[in-house]
Amino acid sequence: MPMTEDKIFEKVKETLVEALGVDEEEVTPEATLTGDLGAESIDFLDIVFRLEKAFDIKIPPGELFPDNVLNNPEYVADGKLTEAGLAKLKESMPHVDFSQFEQNPDVNNLPELFKVQTIVNYVRNKLNQQGSPSE
Amino acid sequence: MRWIWIDKFVEFTPGKSAVAIKNVSLAEEHLHDHWEDYPVMPVSLMIEGMAQTAGILVGQARDFKEKVILAKISKAQVSEPVVPGDQIKYQAEIVTITDQAASTHGSVFKNDKLIGTIDLMFSHIDKNLAGVKFPEENFVFTGQFLRLLAGFIETPSGADQSKEAWKQ
Repeated sequence: MPMTEDKIFEKVKETLVEALGVDEEEVTPEATLTGDLGAESIDFLDIVFRLEKAFDIKIPPGELFPDNVLNNPEYVADGKLTEAGLAKLKESMPHVDFSQFEQNPDVNNLPELFKVQTIVNYVRNKLNQQGSPSE
Repeated sequence: MRWIWIDKFVEFTPGKSAVAIKNVSLAEEHLHDHWEDYPVMPVSLMIEGMAQTAGILVGQARDFKEKVILAKISKAQVSEPVVPGDQIKYQAEIVTITDQAASTHGSVFKNDKLIGTIDLMFSHIDKNLAGVKFPEENFVFTGQFLRLLAGFIETPSGADQSKEAWKQ
């Protein structure tokens, strides 16, 4: 039986509580990882490591969170994502909702895109691709 | 002088786990200030001891080619004071290691009794996402650190400078 959305959320919540030292109540679907939960750069790797263990999945670099897009001059100009950069991110990150970000694609706004729900979406897609292992 | 907070390794399984010991002595000056009336080993230095145990384990896993830097203390709990005369044992194991980073799980023992947990994350700083450059030479793993591993592994081939120091 595939893992339910609630079950995925619970496990993601557990992961974030451990990785970021936050309280369970703080981990809501709309909470942003950096702004609301205080995640820093190394925490993103920590979260990836813990998700891999918790869900028995493999998360390649740059798949859940952006990797080298921001270092590429083709994708970033004057502190904003270029059309090519945005297209690249949208293509490689179907679990992220870019609708608001598109109106002002300032790279400083990028961290705000990553919410608890973003991780849940990613894990759900991943489990579906893998043929969803049992709980 | 290097800031070394482990005395020696007693077990070393490359890529997996390592155990180092530290004998706490009243000859160590810091204990006289921490504190004069009740010398006790600071937990912050126990975290450093675990970071060195686990950091060398992580470094060796990539043949000391990476510059391994402590990036995060995921968890640190020590439930009993450690005083002069006690022996600390740091038992570290690699939980995850990738090109960019590693996470480790560690248990702390006092005279063979489990008294704490110290979980850490290390960054391979040349692979950092910001693209910041660091010096070529491996300033992390120099001779003194590597000599701690004598008897457990072959001469590391990663850092040339360290290799020279190793041969001395």
